[in-house]
Amino acid sequence: METTLAATGVLRYSWLLLAFPVFGAAVLLLGGRRTDKWGHLLGVAMSLASFVYGVIAFFTLLSYTDRSRDLHMFSWIPVDGFQANIGILLDPLSISFVLLITGVGSLIHIYSIGYMSHDVDRRRFFAYLNLFIAAMLLLVLSDNYLGLYAGWEGVGLASYLLIGFWQFKPTAAVAAKKAFIANRVGDAGLSLAIMLMFAEYGTFNFGPVFHQMSSGSTSGGTGVTTAIGLLLLLGACGKSAQVPLQSWLLDAMEGPTPVSALIHAATMVTAGVYLIVRSNPIFNISPTAQLAVTVVGAVTLLAGAIIGCAKDDIKKSLAGSTMSQIGYMFLGAGLGPAGYVFAIAHLIAHGFFKAGLFLGAGSVMHGMDDEVNMRRYGGLYKFLPVTFVTFALGYLAIIGIPPFSGFWTKDGIIEAAWDKGGTSGYILAACAIIGAGITAFYMTRMMFMTWFGRPRWQEPGPQASAEPRTGQPHEHAPHPHESPWVMTIPMILLAIGSVAAGGFLIINQRFANFLAPVTGEPAPPHGVWSTPGIIALVLVVVGVGIAWLIYGRVPVPATAPRGSFVTVAARKDLYGDAFNESVLMRPGQWLTRLSVYFDGRGVDGLVNTVAAVIGGSSGRLRRVQTGYARSYALSMLLGAVLLVAGLLVVRL
Amino acid sequence: MSPAHYIFLSVVLFAIGGVGVLVRRNAIVIFMCVELMLNACNLAFVAFARMHGNLDGQVVAFFVMVVAAAEVVVGLAILMAIYRARKSASVDDANLLKY
Amino acid sequence: MIPHILAAGGGGTNLDAYWSVSFFWVLAVLSVGAALAMIFMRQAVHCALMLAVVMLSLAVMYAMQGAPFLAFVQVIVYTGAVLMLFLFVMMLIGVSSADSLRETIKGQRVWAAIGGVAFMILLIVGIGHASIGSAPTSFSSTGNQANNLTGIAQLIFTTYVYPFEITSALLITAALGAMVLAHRERTEPKLTQRDISRRRVASGQVQPEPPPGVYALHDAVDMPAMLPDGSTTDRSVSRAISQRDPELGRDPQGEVAEDRDAEQRIEAERAIEAAARGETQ
Repeated sequence: METTLAATGVLRYSWLLLAFPVFGAAVLLLGGRRTDKWGHLLGVAMSLASFVYGVIAFFTLLSYTDRSRDLHMFSWIPVDGFQANIGILLDPLSISFVLLITGVGSLIHIYSIGYMSHDVDRRRFFAYLNLFIAAMLLLVLSDNYLGLYAGWEGVGLASYLLIGFWQFKPTAAVAAKKAFIANRVGDAGLSLAIMLMFAEYGTFNFGPVFHQMSSGSTSGGTGVTTAIGLLLLLGACGKSAQVPLQSWLLDAMEGPTPVSALIHAATMVTAGVYLIVRSNPIFNISPTAQLAVTVVGAVTLLAGAIIGCAKDDIKKSLAGSTMSQIGYMFLGAGLGPAGYVFAIAHLIAHGFFKAGLFLGAGSVMHGMDDEVNMRRYGGLYKFLPVTFVTFALGYLAIIGIPPFSGFWTKDGIIEAAWDKGGTSGYILAACAIIGAGITAFYMTRMMFMTWFGRPRWQEPGPQASAEPRTGQPHEHAPHPHESPWVMTIPMILLAIGSVAAGGFLIINQRFANFLAPVTGEPAPPHGVWSTPGIIALVLVVVGVGIAWLIYGRVPVPATAPRGSFVTVAARKDLYGDAFNESVLMRPGQWLTRLSVYFDGRGVDGLVNTVAAVIGGSSGRLRRVQTGYARSYALSMLLGAVLLVAGLLVVRL
Repeated sequence: MSPAHYIFLSVVLFAIGGVGVLVRRNAIVIFMCVELMLNACNLAFVAFARMHGNLDGQVVAFFVMVVAAAEVVVGLAILMAIYRARKSASVDDANLLKY
Repeated sequence: MIPHILAAGGGGTNLDAYWSVSFFWVLAVLSVGAALAMIFMRQAVHCALMLAVVMLSLAVMYAMQGAPFLAFVQVIVYTGAVLMLFLFVMMLIGVSSADSLRETIKGQRVWAAIGGVAFMILLIVGIGHASIGSAPTSFSSTGNQANNLTGIAQLIFTTYVYPFEITSALLITAALGAMVLAHRERTEPKLTQRDISRRRVASGQVQPEPPPGVYALHDAVDMPAMLPDGSTTDRSVSRAISQRDPELGRDPQGEVAEDRDAEQRIEAERAIEAAARGETQ
């Protein structure tokens, strides 16, 4: 790969992409309460400014033949033998992400004006949102792994701050901590990968690393590459909530709904996929790492889907769905050049429809006094019509009904897996197809429980929501009402994306050709219909039908029934938390208790023993001082005896 | 008798005087034991004078006697002053440096 | 024997070997025995007597070694003056302040004995290894002088004149120091004769009381004295006697009691008379 050309013209100002949100975050955080009145507007303006520049940069890049430009910003650590720079790489992959992040991000900023209008800390919320946008942009725009890692950590921080935004809620604080710690495990893997890379290739920049790797000019060979690939996968698992580091995503729903939409649906959790696709030369060389990626993707795909089926909390069900859809992306990314395009396309489409679904859920919560339990919903389509329509469009997109987005992108992944062939290919394809069916089931369940059926919120019953700040239960039944236009306009725009994005990207291989400089030549295209696609569609219909049988035809009970042991397991996140606790947490606690014991008894005992010995011996020794002149005279005599003896010994 | 015998006798008397200082508690008796030690030294001096064949040892012994006399005078005066103050002549009374 | 002891010419060598050896051994045993007795005696006066024995035997030894002047100085100054000074102080302080034989400091006696014996043995060994040699025939510095005294005098006033002068200053200092230390300061002004006579007249008893024993009925040392109120006190009898005589002071012939009764009768009659006279007046 030849070295990237330096940025010229408009693209020389690419640093503005980062500067706008950083400036917004700084002003809002440092300004404090003074900025409360207009803080939200500044936040939205910064996000929109980045989006506008992103569009300009996109069209500028389209006008080039070689669509890749590098802008060196500054030299971070100019040490001999360890050169670390901060620079921006603009190429098709990064510009796609920039448009997604700033576009969906700006819509969610606008939505938050309405959603957080009753919150005293709204300004701080926008500060953190801007901080997140800045860190995520650094992550996708950086031209070397070190800058990527800096952005990686930044989004982790922003996620922590935003999940725990309502600090007074103990559950929120704990969830934020859990997210950060689970992310940290992944970050360890990523930092090890970067260190290995530096040890092997002596540089962090993408270009030189991939060039050296593919030319085989190093001593490590494929072993090192596989190790780097697996460690990168570990990092991606942490950030994208894949098995085995998936436990934090469902607890992250404690944060406000716009946070769930932006971070835990559209952008942050997709950073892992970005990392894998950006590092595609590494994975292309190492089939073992690729296999690991696909396995992780397939397992998480099914696990997330099963968890989503049993949750009564609308946000947690959507979180399970997010886990599952990112599993699809990992599956696609692990299939090599054939799958990268579909993974990114699904990522973009998922960004639209999942954000739309989350914003719709937020709109429902806004109208139902922050109630999240779907068993307290029912028949809401009359009261929230706009939300219903946008939600329904997102629903159709996610389950993969043609001609909506999900159909094109998901089918692309399923077909790529099918085409891989061999045992692994067919198993992966089978997982993906079954996953599609389960997706259809739980999404239809959600639709029926929320929008159709008898209204269950007028009767007294178990109520999950309470006043956020005081914790007191609500006094009266909610009065569902449509959200204001500041919240519905973003939802409408996202719904348009849900409908159109998939087809726009996949038809005529538009996106594949666009991404080719980064991911390699795409596979030859399929027709619209193919064997695995048809099987998937059949299963989708079956899933919808089963859900109608259980939830559509029969009234939904207000209290959750006991369910089979699969339901119980799914409600407990497939025992993910229990596993973490017993395998990691308790031994960790025992270890700390052991070391505390050793420190207290061993080290402190040693020190105290020395002190006690000295104290005791000095207590004994002072009895020599009797105070009697005669005993002193005796010691004088004995001293004289010793002296004479010494003299005699020397002279005799 | 050769001077060596006198010197051995002097050593024995000196050692006895030294032990006496350590063992007795009455201040006057301790003083007397010190006098015994001084006398033993005098004997040694005289024996050495005889050994060397000049009178220097005897002169030194003479001076020792004079100084011992002066010392006894002052010491006993001190003893009397202490006795008047605390009505006891035991040296074990001064044990304020006890632990 | 004296000429044998005071060896002529101050040399100490013309003593017969027989005499010098026997005198030495006798005196050595005597002095060591007296020294040991001195440190073990209970009464302080006995210790002083033992010390006197040691000093005297040492004086003889000085004489045997050709130091006659020193021998006499030892007897006159050391034994006669210094030791007597000890006895005077013992008189002032209290003869009966006897040491108890119990040792209060643990291990003091054992270690003192060990230390003393070790010291003795080490020095004897050390000195034994040195070559002492035998005595020369005569003293060299008396070669010019007639006798021992003149030789010593010559040494003191020529070679050792500085120590001599300084020692004399020391003696003066010692005398002054003793005076200062033994001095007792008056706590109240000295009573003049005028004050004393005023007190006497004011107290009502102008003439002196009869000295003790004027009205004594007995002059035996074992009879206790009578106190002004008529009772007797056993403390007036010497302890040496009272400890040995259990029947002391019991007035075996009843004379003290008779005297007391007579006294009371006289007193009663005088009271009646005074009352009668007082009423009429």
